[in-house]
Amino acid sequence: MITLDHVSKSYSTGAPALNDVSVHIETGEFVFIVGDSGSGKSTLIKLLLRELLPTSGTIEVNGVNVGKLKHRQIPKFRRNIGVVFQDFRLLKDRNVYENVAFAQRIVQVPGKQIKKNVPSVLSIVGLAGKYKARPKQLSGGEQQRVALARALVNNPPILLADEPTGNLDPKNSWEIMKLLEEINEKGTTVLVVTHNREIVNAMKKRVVTMNKGVIVSDQKEGSYIDEI
Amino acid sequence: MRFSTFIYTLKQGIANIFRNKWYSLASIATIGACLFMFGIFYSIVANFQYIVKEAQNGVAVTVFFDEGLSQERIAEIGSLIEARTEVDHVNFVSADEAWEGFKEEYLGEYADGFKDNPLKNSSNYEIYLRDVSMQSALVSYLESTEGIRLINKSEITAKTLTSINSLVGYVAIGIIIILLCVSVFLIANTVTIGISVRKEEINIMKYIGATDFFVRFPFVIEGILIGAFGSLVPLGIVYLIYSNVIGYVLNKFTVLSSILKFIPVNEIFHTLIPVSVCIGVGIGFIGSFTTVRKHIRV
Repeated sequence: MITLDHVSKSYSTGAPALNDVSVHIETGEFVFIVGDSGSGKSTLIKLLLRELLPTSGTIEVNGVNVGKLKHRQIPKFRRNIGVVFQDFRLLKDRNVYENVAFAQRIVQVPGKQIKKNVPSVLSIVGLAGKYKARPKQLSGGEQQRVALARALVNNPPILLADEPTGNLDPKNSWEIMKLLEEINEKGTTVLVVTHNREIVNAMKKRVVTMNKGVIVSDQKEGSYIDEI
Repeated sequence: MRFSTFIYTLKQGIANIFRNKWYSLASIATIGACLFMFGIFYSIVANFQYIVKEAQNGVAVTVFFDEGLSQERIAEIGSLIEARTEVDHVNFVSADEAWEGFKEEYLGEYADGFKDNPLKNSSNYEIYLRDVSMQSALVSYLESTEGIRLINKSEITAKTLTSINSLVGYVAIGIIIILLCVSVFLIANTVTIGISVRKEEINIMKYIGATDFFVRFPFVIEGILIGAFGSLVPLGIVYLIYSNVIGYVLNKFTVLSSILKFIPVNEIFHTLIPVSVCIGVGIGFIGSFTTVRKHIRV
């Protein structure tokens, strides 16, 4: 599903953000990527989304060599990856329904189908009753649910979550993680970048720990490593 | 692309104008200000050139023929002159017509004392030029033509009108350059505001998997509509100013009406409307296209 083979990424200045990283994630896995700031987690997400290109090594996602994608092929590639960010990144001037429907319109789903799919996915994330609300009328947890609904509505085989609980209180954080677990149980591969020690330790999932651009630990039912 | 997707992106373009009301207003005002200046300037220059052209039309070169020259040769000279590129049109004035004109203008009833036509050798061609700056070229040609006795020309008038025309041309180029610089500066500023407003939105669309077209099309539609609105507002204002100012000048200064002829407002707007709308829409299109392009490669 996701394979990084000796991947390095250097920016023009400073030490490499990723240094000879190799990791393989199977279809249907739930994986935490943990590490301090500057450990290379965000660079990893950007490489998987083809926002950046690796300096060396190969990245394969869904059988696609990401480094060889042409610019015009990137949109289609990204439609197979649902993505959730710490700051939600919702379109502020559109309501909940429009934010989710937008992802369907991009892949040119017929209007009738959109009208069925959007309420369905909103009910999964528990926001069926708030489809008319604007993002600023929602709590942080609710906004993240909208982002999650948007990421899921096109049924992507992979879901990337970059610090999805970073702006949420513990209760909302747990609710989001439970949703991610449910999504994973339905077959979606879930990759979560997080700092949240309690959640990582409680969920007993695979944990990949990064430090200064290298993978220092890869535990099957792992926990958060404090001292590296 | 599905038709429904096309309609959706079109609607989004229109909705964007209202979503970002202040940005839209600022853009319309910027384009409107540039096109207002353009409209005023165009009206002034077009009228100036019209007045000069009218004056030029009254400038003629007159040629008289050798005594006893045959009618065939006179007609041949006429054909040769008419074939010249610098000539607009030629009038043949017969000796009788020349005498009638002279009598009417200078002699009145005293002309009765003349039994024969004293101007019997004064049949001539009045030659009207396309452009008075070409007068000297025509005169050189006429001087080398057999059968021509005398050439009457007004060198000072021709030179003055040519100088005025050149001056208007240079001033027009200068002001157009200044207008362009001001427009580019104002529009660059507006586009910079647009970038900060749109950066996040474009990023979100790209992360979700929107194609460049899907991202760009609503912005371009928005830009085109803003450009169109931005051109219509100043056109309306210039129309009102123009028709009122011309009316005021001609009513208040009746002496001027016999000397100066202004282009009718409909004729001015026959050119100004398509040019202004094209510039407005063009600015809107280029502005929105480049704004999005800077952020589309996410």
